[in-house]
Amino acid sequence: MCRSVDVRTAVLAKNDGLAAELRAELARRRVTAVNLLSSPGSGKTALLELVLRRARERGQTVAALTADLATENDARRLARSGAPVRQVLTGGLCHLESAQVRALIDDWLPDPTRLLFVENVGNLVCPASYDLGETLRVTLMSVTEGEDKPLKYPTAFGAAHLVVLTKTDIADAVGFDDAAFTTAVERVNPGVEILRTSARTGQGVDTLLDRVLAVAGGVAPHAPLLAAKHLRAHGHDHGPAQDRHHEHDHDHGHGRAPRPTTA
Amino acid sequence: MHELSIAAAVVESAEDVAREHGADAVAGVTLRIGELAGVVPDALRFSFSLVAEGTALDGAELVIEEVPARARCGGCDARFAVGSPPALWCPHCDTAAAELLTGRELELAEVRMAGSP
Repeated sequence: MCRSVDVRTAVLAKNDGLAAELRAELARRRVTAVNLLSSPGSGKTALLELVLRRARERGQTVAALTADLATENDARRLARSGAPVRQVLTGGLCHLESAQVRALIDDWLPDPTRLLFVENVGNLVCPASYDLGETLRVTLMSVTEGEDKPLKYPTAFGAAHLVVLTKTDIADAVGFDDAAFTTAVERVNPGVEILRTSARTGQGVDTLLDRVLAVAGGVAPHAPLLAAKHLRAHGHDHGPAQDRHHEHDHDHGHGRAPRPTTA
Repeated sequence: MHELSIAAAVVESAEDVAREHGADAVAGVTLRIGELAGVVPDALRFSFSLVAEGTALDGAELVIEEVPARARCGGCDARFAVGSPPALWCPHCDTAAAELLTGRELELAEVRMAGSP
């Protein structure tokens, strides 16, 4: 016999709660945060450098955080755009958590900043589980990565508000099958928009910026089916669910049927 | 390997629950993990045993209930298994799903305290 407690708490409730507070703080400061997810080498930094530059040319106040395990190389590259940039060194951690973003928002983010781009650690697995208080989650991949990548990493692509294809200037050279890619994205995220971009030719840079500015202006982003509930119901954060502790005694033995979900 | 961070969050939450209930040690915890939660149960088991060492959960049993991903069709309202890799389209009428019903769970469901109540 042992005492057990039903808790039904989200394991990442602490991060989710901090993300909700961060989203509220960003809204108060009129900042729209964009979380960029991709594999290493997909061209996030090159594309972001252009987006930052274009945003400044279009009179927008922008800033960027870029996360890597080591080196400040990406911050240096992004800073060439003239926008304020901070490097986050995760010291080996495979993803960003909202507490890391929060610390920089409090200590560094200049006022006013309309758009804050957060370049996550290059990784399509772990960052997908962590809400960073963003309004827009963008998942990117390059034409060299294989058309079926959205099926291999369904959480990253399925929870995206926007999907961005990069390096389209070499699509023909690498035999990229755009139709197969589109089908794969649609399978895990029906209705999501796919933007085709090239940092070399500048294709799609303005369109990407337009989409981000639209959301900053109040247009609701696409609602991905795989998004965590708090991300899907953008603007309706309620923080971590209150624990409903419920004690009971029972014998060991775990043959119980799974409980119906509360989600 | 964010399973290590997740294991740390599980241990922290379970220690909080144990403390609230005046227990010094936790005999076991049950997690519910959805098919599309992006968490690998085996990696989590491995991480859990490492993170639990020296805490109130040292030696605690980890039970993982895997939750299949199911969606509701936006056309005919049928409920269907999403499968792997997931297809969020109805197998009956080929309409996009309106809602994912289950499959994203990453929940601490139960904490079992050691010792008598």
